[in-house]
Amino acid sequence: MNNQRRNVLKTGTGAAVLGALAAAGMIAPGIALADWNKAAFEAKSMADTLKALGATQPADSKDVQVTGPDIAENGAVVPVGVTSAIAGTTMVAILIDKNPNALAASFKLPEGTEANVQTRVKMGQTSNVYALVKAGDKFYMATKEIKVTLGGCGG
Amino acid sequence: MATKPMRIRASTKDGVTEVKALIAHEMETGQRKDANGAVIPAWFITELTASHNGKLVLSSEFGTAISKNPYLAFKFKGGAAGDKVAITWKDNKGETRTDEAAIG
Repeated sequence: MNNQRRNVLKTGTGAAVLGALAAAGMIAPGIALADWNKAAFEAKSMADTLKALGATQPADSKDVQVTGPDIAENGAVVPVGVTSAIAGTTMVAILIDKNPNALAASFKLPEGTEANVQTRVKMGQTSNVYALVKAGDKFYMATKEIKVTLGGCGG
Repeated sequence: MATKPMRIRASTKDGVTEVKALIAHEMETGQRKDANGAVIPAWFITELTASHNGKLVLSSEFGTAISKNPYLAFKFKGGAAGDKVAITWKDNKGETRTDEAAIG
């Protein structure tokens, strides 16, 4: 068994505290090489991930878009992009609902960097892909379902 | 293990620079098993930052769900031909690498 996974389960009750710490860390000024947000990346469910990112009840927004294929043949390489038309977007995260860990990546955008990032992710199975965006103190979200023909987590 | 160089391309159009990077990395999730059933330990990039002439333009954190040999594209305002764009990553084994390219 994966020991780390056991530990995460055990410390489940501490997740709220970790979430609070993570939130505090993200608000801290200066975005130099920040500490990797372990709690957020190891969270299993969407809800726990959002909590660890400090995003409570993100609002659905039409100004945020997830780009990607409707059907991905190979789950190991799925091109996904996030764009946000919300002014003052400072953070963008990509979350995949059905993956073992929902959070795929988060990007902090200093002023002058456009809220438009593209990357490639692995998807274990057909799932909703969420874009979480932070602008000011508020969080916004958008979603897109990507169907996967061949999972990318097997082996 | 020695790290391999990234491929970085940057181009400026209408005052906006687009950076595309292809990073050579295994991005092992820690969920796969080898032929003997032993878990292959996780090995993936955790942090990546990009700078333009020394000024930070992107700071990101990766999880294991990013594909092998990650691809990343982003845009920032400003930049001119000849400016330097540098990308640095760090993985969960503590290895790190920086590569630099000129905006073309």
